[in-house]
Amino acid sequence: MNFDFSDELKQLRDEARRFLTDRCPPAVPRRILESDEPYDRALWRSIAEMGWTGAAIPEAYGGVGLGRLAVCVIAEELGFHVAPVPFASSVYLATEAVLQYGSEAQKRAYLPKLATGELIGTFALAERAGTSDPRKLTATVNGGTLTTVKLAVPDGDVADFAVVAVNGGSGPWLYLADLHGPGVTKEVVTTIDPTRSHAKLSFTAAPADPLAAATGPESVRRLLDFAAVPMAFEQVGGAQAALEMGNAYAKERYAFGRPIGSFQGIKHKLSDMYIQVEMARSNAYYGAWAVHTEAAELPIAASVARISACEAGWFVTKENIQTHGGMGFTWQMDCHLYYRRAKQLALALGSAREWKLRLISELRNRNTEDLQAA
Amino acid sequence: MDFEDTPDEAAFRTKARAFLDANAERRKPGAVEGYRRGQDAPGAMERAKDFQRRKFDAGFVGFHWPTEWGGQGGTQIQNVIYNQEEAKYDVLTGLFGIGIGLAMPTICTWGTLEQRETFVQKTMRADYVWCQLFSEPGGGSDLAALRTRAEKDGDEWVVNGQKIWNSGAHYSDYGILVARSDPDAVKHAGLSFFILDMKAPGIEIRPIRQVSGSSHFNEVFFTNVRIPDSRRVGPVGAGWKVALTTLMNERHGMRDAPGPDFNELFSLARQVELEDGLAIDNAAVQEKLAEFYVRSQGLKFTKFRGMTALSRGQTPGPESSIIKVVAANKLQDILSYGLDLIGMAGPTMGDTMPVSGIFEEALLYSPALRLAGGTDEIMKNIIAERVLGLPQDPRVDKGVPWRDVPTGPRATGTKG
Repeated sequence: MNFDFSDELKQLRDEARRFLTDRCPPAVPRRILESDEPYDRALWRSIAEMGWTGAAIPEAYGGVGLGRLAVCVIAEELGFHVAPVPFASSVYLATEAVLQYGSEAQKRAYLPKLATGELIGTFALAERAGTSDPRKLTATVNGGTLTTVKLAVPDGDVADFAVVAVNGGSGPWLYLADLHGPGVTKEVVTTIDPTRSHAKLSFTAAPADPLAAATGPESVRRLLDFAAVPMAFEQVGGAQAALEMGNAYAKERYAFGRPIGSFQGIKHKLSDMYIQVEMARSNAYYGAWAVHTEAAELPIAASVARISACEAGWFVTKENIQTHGGMGFTWQMDCHLYYRRAKQLALALGSAREWKLRLISELRNRNTEDLQAA
Repeated sequence: MDFEDTPDEAAFRTKARAFLDANAERRKPGAVEGYRRGQDAPGAMERAKDFQRRKFDAGFVGFHWPTEWGGQGGTQIQNVIYNQEEAKYDVLTGLFGIGIGLAMPTICTWGTLEQRETFVQKTMRADYVWCQLFSEPGGGSDLAALRTRAEKDGDEWVVNGQKIWNSGAHYSDYGILVARSDPDAVKHAGLSFFILDMKAPGIEIRPIRQVSGSSHFNEVFFTNVRIPDSRRVGPVGAGWKVALTTLMNERHGMRDAPGPDFNELFSLARQVELEDGLAIDNAAVQEKLAEFYVRSQGLKFTKFRGMTALSRGQTPGPESSIIKVVAANKLQDILSYGLDLIGMAGPTMGDTMPVSGIFEEALLYSPALRLAGGTDEIMKNIIAERVLGLPQDPRVDKGVPWRDVPTGPRATGTKG
């Protein structure tokens, strides 16, 4: 049994934690929250210089070729530090889409610049409230141009290009669209988590370059599966930070002449938070194994990691506020940074509700006894 | 990152399987392990002892114990692998859990060489069956509040009092007993630990009928029961520390809760017809199923993380402390939801019910799993204090002689 990260990856995680503890204390996401700055550009440049943006990109395309497990350990630390950077959009989604479905020419054009952080990508899927099932998309491409409106695209205002999901019929379901090109308008939208900017993207006969290998709605789902795993690590990281924050407060804050953490009402709450974080972490590890090995059960592993992370993120960040009492509801305390981010991440790839239905549909398609690690 | 055995682990697993194939029946596909299922069947004890002797002869009992205890000097991971394989077979080993899992490690850690020589090997080969005599009507979660008295009389101790929740006391040869040897000491300091011959005069065992209707545990009453001082384990007054060794072994077993799990619920949802078709086609049911699957997997992979540490010769991390509390609660939630799906036909017991009646059966035994070996509440205190480093509750019994600690109106007996 070897169900853990290697020492090298743990070392990478420690380095990432040290770097972000120094460069991204809570004051950094707070600065983005309180200003019009869409993301921390200097932090983004440093992250790129450290090779994180190119972690999953092979060396042949200008990356550092550390693989998807490296992205997972970095993601956990970015989540822990509520980093205000377009990493998830650009790395888990846009980079992954080009790696999975790009032609050789597209890979050569995009990956080296994604690796250096010079190019920021994002992923545009949702067109309305409700389901994000790709089969319900209405966007289509005609004569090489795209016309559609995509809602609440994370980092849509700062990205240079978007991977756009369309109803492709028998053709490609994913296209690359230059967001600086003709026919594109970006409208910054206010969201529950202003530490990560979002935009409504309108495409009117905008040129779109097909990711030809992305055939069928399943190709869109597969991209989401790959993204859900590092995202789960990012969510677990945020939940861990909120747990630590609540725990520290429970030791320092006195009421009725004793630390509130000595009351079982608070102790049991924090134990429940710990349980949720560890369950989500264990499930995220399962996802990491599946993306690393590109296992056939990836849709199941990704769903499990995703659902578990969404549940933990919500529970732990809201109970961290509760542990802080009235102080937890103030702007001044950092509790809301974790709370906002947790829900933003829980919605970004489609909500847990949708992933639950997908999980059961996948389980029905196979004999559970055949699953790995039964 | 993988789930593979190392070559050594794989070789050990093959060896374990070969032994089990030759000496036990593989559990039928779809059969679910219940809690103490089959223990009351006629001849169950003899069959269980017979298997245990073969297991001992093959060297798999206490395989991971040091050789000076009588083990093979194997590793923890080998023990886990053996147990994983054994769980796939229809064998009753629960009867020996207290002796092998709790009493022997405690006696080997704290006891004399003579005690080790007297008890260990005979327990390993099922000549001796053990029970645990810790809890009392007034000392459960607060175990150290126990009142059973042990008074020194020459080379012997005279024991008076009452124990409760003693699984298997009615068929046990020996018991591990914690009793109060000094009522004037503060409560944790006044305890001593003994090995008790269950056939000694003055012991009365009364079965307790459980919610499930069966009687696996008992009340045990002591009237002037005499124990030779040579059967004391550890120093006089060190009973609490000795008992902690037992409790650590009890709680650190990465124990799952036997009974219906996701697969049984999934199977049930494929059989049961609801308003709009099969339960499995209903979106609300699917969401619930997914939640249970996620909890089931979370537990499994948490155990895998613990096994990975063992496989590397390390101690499992604190995450292993969540397993018991998560497993027992998941079991109750799954069985309740399963019964809801069965609906009005649900109350019927027996193997004519869907998934051979395991949901109905588990309903009646599941409460025990959230209580035995540390209640949910105690487990959460342990997580809060030992893992998260939160302070203990202020305690009114600290530094006070046990005799002066307040007790409520439900306390029985005197503090004599």
